[in-house]
Amino acid sequence: MAVEALGSAHRVKVAPWNDPVIRGWVFQIVVVGLVAGLAWYLVSNTIDNLNRQKIASGFDYLGREAGFEIGDSMIEYSPASTYARAIWVGILNTLRVAVLGIFLSTILGTLIGVGRLSPNWLLNKICVWYVEAFRNVPLLLWLFLFYKLISEAFPGPKQALSALWGSMFLSNRGLYFPVPMADPIHKWMGVALLIGIAGAVALHRWAKKRQEATGQPFPSILAGFGVALGVPFVVWLLGGAPHHLSWPELKGFNFEGGTVIQPEFTALLLGLVLYSSAFIAEIVRSGILALHKGQSEAAAALGLSRGQSMRLVLLPQALRVIVPPMTSQYLNITKNSSLAIAIGYPDLVASINVTINQTGQAIENILLIMAAYLSVSLSISAFMNWYNKRIALTER
Amino acid sequence: MSDDALPGGERRQLAPPVDESGALGWMRKNQFSSWGNGITTVVLIVAVVWILSGFLDWAVFTANFTASVGSECRGGGACWALIREKYRYIFFGSFPYEQHWRPLFAVIAMLTMLVTSADRRMWNWRLLVIWGLGSFVTFLLMFGQIHIPLSLFLTIALVLGGIGMNLRKAIAEPAEMNAYRALAAIGLVGLVLRITGILPAWSLAIAPFSYVETSLWGGIPVTIILATYGLAFAFPYGVLLALGRRSNLPLIKGLCVGFIELIRGVPLISLLIMASVMLPLFLPSGTTIDKFLRAQVAVILFAGAYIAEVIRGGLQSLPKGQFEAADAMGLNYPQKTLLIILPQAIRVVIPPLINTFIGFFKDTSLVLIIGIFDFLNTANQALVDPNWAGFPGEVYLFAAFVYFIFCFSMSRYSKYLEVELNKGTRR
Repeated sequence: MAVEALGSAHRVKVAPWNDPVIRGWVFQIVVVGLVAGLAWYLVSNTIDNLNRQKIASGFDYLGREAGFEIGDSMIEYSPASTYARAIWVGILNTLRVAVLGIFLSTILGTLIGVGRLSPNWLLNKICVWYVEAFRNVPLLLWLFLFYKLISEAFPGPKQALSALWGSMFLSNRGLYFPVPMADPIHKWMGVALLIGIAGAVALHRWAKKRQEATGQPFPSILAGFGVALGVPFVVWLLGGAPHHLSWPELKGFNFEGGTVIQPEFTALLLGLVLYSSAFIAEIVRSGILALHKGQSEAAAALGLSRGQSMRLVLLPQALRVIVPPMTSQYLNITKNSSLAIAIGYPDLVASINVTINQTGQAIENILLIMAAYLSVSLSISAFMNWYNKRIALTER
Repeated sequence: MSDDALPGGERRQLAPPVDESGALGWMRKNQFSSWGNGITTVVLIVAVVWILSGFLDWAVFTANFTASVGSECRGGGACWALIREKYRYIFFGSFPYEQHWRPLFAVIAMLTMLVTSADRRMWNWRLLVIWGLGSFVTFLLMFGQIHIPLSLFLTIALVLGGIGMNLRKAIAEPAEMNAYRALAAIGLVGLVLRITGILPAWSLAIAPFSYVETSLWGGIPVTIILATYGLAFAFPYGVLLALGRRSNLPLIKGLCVGFIELIRGVPLISLLIMASVMLPLFLPSGTTIDKFLRAQVAVILFAGAYIAEVIRGGLQSLPKGQFEAADAMGLNYPQKTLLIILPQAIRVVIPPLINTFIGFFKDTSLVLIIGIFDFLNTANQALVDPNWAGFPGEVYLFAAFVYFIFCFSMSRYSKYLEVELNKGTRR
């Protein structure tokens, strides 16, 4: 009987309260019901409270005048701009510090991770203690320390330290340096840069194909850089080579002209990069250690140079181990950039926090924060997953 | 030459050449093996000596340890007198000054609790006793007075009875089983009676000291409490989330995945801001919820999602045979999970769990943004005193040193445990 039941398709009859499928559904409905009940309870309380405190709801406030200053903005902004624009400034500031932070800490972290594997005892120990020191202290403490040091240790604008024959000024208001005067040709140079990069990629593909077909190598990386930078340069020459610079000058209590790297931004970027690179160093080290020694020996036996074996044999394999933890590290950098609020760098959370305080509309604003961070996080992980798939081992 | 040759073709053992042994040989091999290596070494030595001598000069030789006011420190090196003056505030915040022994002993109680739980011989029922006792002592010292309501006792009875009934089903003697049933029944009936108002709102009052409210708590006990109880409460709920995420029930799985990814996708600051501005809106009007508790809730919510992902790693590392064997033994789901699966899964992830805990310990510093006086915030406040303004480096380095000692010892412990737990599987 039992054997028949096992072999045939029809199921053993059981009482409905012992049937795992029915049990599963009942359990799920109960749990979802509880969650929905809790949600309804919270929402009804919230609506009640909002009505009582006469707080408006909806996103209408986004179109109203923000009325607060933002010290550091990549786009044009004044207190007369709308809340939406203030929040957009915040998003751009978050993205700026996150992208720069990811880029710089990857470079520094890789150098330190490789340094930890160096046969040079002194270099090795320095890298070990760098990692331990930065990993075991909260990022927020580093941010405070750097910010206070920059704003208190550097002199005021009148006694600013000048460098490079008075073209750059370092003070507690930040680092001022000259920039080219705005010129219509800059827009076209940007377009030319994009075209140049596309050309470099195409060149690299062509070089790879040619090498596979004929065995002839082509210095596509060097040539690629030439193309990517050369095209904008030609456009600049064609545009009459405008070379007027805007120089920073001390006027009253602060500098005018030129452009500035704010101390808040510097402290935040410095803290993020030093802190995150300690983690990235560990990831890189474990990625390289995970490789079998035979790989580098085989590459050497084939006659590849050190650089070639690193680029063509070792790195592509180490990357498979490195990319997944690196993805979560990049996400951490993005999320950690929100600590900006503590030292007054106007990132997304800081703008929204002011907006909450001014409008009282907490829920809409918190939803905006969550939506913004989720979409940034999801796009970073989507990109890294795509990259991971590209470098993954193709198993047959 | 003939001296070296011994009878039987053996050769006399010669001492290694001087330049390959001893300190000089070590230097040659490790620091000056090639031109590039040698240059690196020289540059590094110069840099280290330069930085270290500058730092020591500032921190030790020209430092001021005895000044009674900040202005006496100016112009010299580090002003450690500031730390001397303010260390009680930095460690214990605004807790009543003459009562500072209370947070001190609370910290000692918590550290004892954590250190004894680190001992592998305690990883059984003793852990519950240690944590129960440790928490009781900690909160009694911090609050000074504790009122334990009747409903808490009833809830504990219900939970204990329920766990016993499920876990020991078909294993326990009938008498033991009946005891669990009785416990659960007392808890359930009592709770119903309490909610309907038939049982009075009685509570057990233990009040040996004066009451100190949470807004006066500060410094190192706050940091340790937020991290420790954040983890302690987040752990069971992280386990539930992880189990839910691995479940084959679609609705449960969807809920857990959605929750975990939502929490992990946003920064802790946004959760803290949410807890401080939105939690009051969520509750019926008139109820106020303690600011410290709000921060603790946010930390727990945050920690749970991260712990869930760590535990999920452990669950995924178990071979399918373990699940199937438990099913074949006729164990029900709680028995299978609590007796077979989780003990093995958690064992695998203890080292990463400790690393997660180190992360929380550092992340608790973010609560200063919503105005909780944790260790970093009290250090920050110590800078505000106009008598001592202008020495941020000293205070932050001191705070960094304290954080470093905590986190570094935990990471060493996690490394040790990783080796210790893998002894069985290491080749």
